[in-house]
Amino acid sequence: MKGMSPIVKNTASVVTAFVMMYGIYVTVTGHITPGGGFAGGVIIMAGVVLLVLSYGGDPIREVTAEGECHVLEGLGAMAFLLVAVIGLFGGAFFANWLGTGRPMELLSGGTILISNLAIGLKVAAGLTGIFLALVLAIRAAMPKE
Amino acid sequence: MGVAIYVLAFAFLLLGIYALVAKKNVVRIILGIAIVEYAVNLLLVLVGYRQGGIAPIVTREHPPADLVARAVDPLPQAMVLTSIVIGLGVTALAVAMATRLYEKYGTFDMNDIRDLRG
Amino acid sequence: MNVMVPLLVGIPLGAAFLVVILAHVKGLSGLPRVLSVLAVAACLAIGIVLMAGACGDPHQTHTIFAGGWDGTNGPIGVAMVYDGLSGMMIIVINMVALAAICFAVAYMKRFTSRWLFHALFLLMTGAMNGVVLAGDLFNMYVFIEVAAISSYGLVAFGCEKAELEAAFRYLVLGVIASTFILVGVTILYALTGQLNMAKVASGIAGLAGPAGWSARPAVLLAAACLLGGLALKAAMVPFHSWLPDAHPSAPAPISAMLSGVLIKAAGAYALARIVFNVLGASPSYANVLIVMGTLSMLIGVFLAVGQWDFKRLLAYHSISQMGYVVLAIGAGAAVAARGGSDAIAGLCLLGGLFHMFNHAAFKSLLFLTSGSVEHATGTRHLKDLGGLAKRMPVTSFCCRVGALSIAGVPPFNGFVSKLIIIIALVMAGYPILAALAVLVALMTLLSFIKVQRYALEGDTSPQTASVRESAWPMGLGMVALAVVCIVAGVAVWPLKQFLFDPAGEALLRGALGAVRAAGGAP
Repeated sequence: MKGMSPIVKNTASVVTAFVMMYGIYVTVTGHITPGGGFAGGVIIMAGVVLLVLSYGGDPIREVTAEGECHVLEGLGAMAFLLVAVIGLFGGAFFANWLGTGRPMELLSGGTILISNLAIGLKVAAGLTGIFLALVLAIRAAMPKE
Repeated sequence: MGVAIYVLAFAFLLLGIYALVAKKNVVRIILGIAIVEYAVNLLLVLVGYRQGGIAPIVTREHPPADLVARAVDPLPQAMVLTSIVIGLGVTALAVAMATRLYEKYGTFDMNDIRDLRG
Repeated sequence: MNVMVPLLVGIPLGAAFLVVILAHVKGLSGLPRVLSVLAVAACLAIGIVLMAGACGDPHQTHTIFAGGWDGTNGPIGVAMVYDGLSGMMIIVINMVALAAICFAVAYMKRFTSRWLFHALFLLMTGAMNGVVLAGDLFNMYVFIEVAAISSYGLVAFGCEKAELEAAFRYLVLGVIASTFILVGVTILYALTGQLNMAKVASGIAGLAGPAGWSARPAVLLAAACLLGGLALKAAMVPFHSWLPDAHPSAPAPISAMLSGVLIKAAGAYALARIVFNVLGASPSYANVLIVMGTLSMLIGVFLAVGQWDFKRLLAYHSISQMGYVVLAIGAGAAVAARGGSDAIAGLCLLGGLFHMFNHAAFKSLLFLTSGSVEHATGTRHLKDLGGLAKRMPVTSFCCRVGALSIAGVPPFNGFVSKLIIIIALVMAGYPILAALAVLVALMTLLSFIKVQRYALEGDTSPQTASVRESAWPMGLGMVALAVVCIVAGVAVWPLKQFLFDPAGEALLRGALGAVRAAGGAP
């Protein structure tokens, strides 16, 4: 897939940083405002999609590969499961093992913050992996123009 | 609002199922899957509606006691989040399969993709 | 107990994620196989330990609330329920999964990306454990979906033409089924405001009309959506068309898992749970189950008789045998609904549940043997095979055991469960259905005599002239299931006492018992 014009490339590389920052913000404040792990992960993935669309498939293939996405995805999922299992040995499955602070503070809500971060990592890495796999596969399958 | 909105949501669901079963192009079938997912999520969110309700977010103006009295039901919203993720997984898998089907058969027409009979 | 039950879901999921991580670390490429076998074995061990622990009081239901939210602080809480039926299903699922994964260690050598297979397989097993342990309607739906999505990926694993086409059709029909299940759950939530199965049951009972069961149109619509969606997952006629394409095209261990466990855990178990413990057994739901079961029984076996593809024949027989199970469960529901004797309802349910257990054992065994044959000879067409009894002794012994079990020949397990079903049908007042069940059993016997004659007996054909026996992990998986078939046919009484009576109890207690187990009236 070819990239786009230099104007688009320069704009995209600046905007992507803000998009990913917004995604991380939505993930981290998931226990205070609407959003959380899944929505934040999708926004981060949208930033990556923006980069791939504006630069084309080849530069991206040199920088990252699907394998790294799989490892990050697995790590995020394991972190979520560890949160649940630590709760298991401290009480019930998924029990809250951190204190709940005052409402509307950043460090409140117990283990929800860690769960949100883990899910955000998993969703971002997983969806990026899916997108890269489909883009690279479609490029191989479609007839040459 | 009453019954009409639920009837419309069901009509949306039936439209999606029509697209799933009657269309011959694989891409249109995948769009039918997407429409069906949207319709079910819409139905689920509508179940939690309360007349004149506010959003179920705890803020300084709306402490939890206020929310219990006036907010729309947040449980269907949590169910819809999960349902959206499941729909995403199914759609991604279907698109990946459609790509491979095109590689193997060279066409997107379901009438030509009929190796298995009997 | 509180620690071990969630681990039944947590161990396979954790192993799946670990396989994904470790597969990309250089030098550990042999680890996914070991990890998946260990994880499934651990789940089976936990299942047996839990069953042994529950033997002291087989009528008790353990409810485990996630996060400790047991409803004291408000009506919200997600519950996992371990009762007799869950215990039996856990043992069935993990036993078949262990045999299949042992088989797969050697069978999957011809595929690449084997770590993907192990990850998806573990996800499917963990999700099926979750389905049978779920005490919450939406939780059960989510686990059914996870198992189904993993199975779509696994059916398409080889990426050949036939596999992709079968997987795509399976996916489309599975999406329709899941949609209807979710619509049913939505309507039940709108009516009762609860998702916990016990609380929904008492809510529906509270809406009861003069007939003693709820005749409100909304409940009927919810029941229709739920029963329709779950019947598609269980491959009942008229929703069976995905099964003859999907099960043969999958790799052999996946066919064994799909036919042996998925259509039971996500299909027949969910049907039984919903009809008995949520909706409340009533004459109309029971009649729907009886009609679907009978149609599946007959149409499955008539379509199977003309098949020459080994795995396709087994797939059609799956439809027919699941018809037996659903028919027996429906008959039990009918007897319970019209206030008949508890003993007769219990006998119907015993037949249905025992046949579910037996079908898991012998159908998986048959699919594994067909996979072994295909691995060695490269063909599934019965007329191209022949004389395998001399060339592959272990495989053909296991195939014979499986064929005799499914045909209902004593002393194998199929005979006992079919006999119980037929006697129970007569006692419940359905003599015509009992006669039809006998007819279907005879036709099944005919069909498998044909399989034996063409595949195992006779002279070796060009394809089978130079084959050798399969590798030892494959043989181990098959022999383990064959042993289960033989033992289950002989040791009926202890199995009945420890496995099936608590399961039948859990179903028959129905809505009222579920309310008691949830900890009092809502």
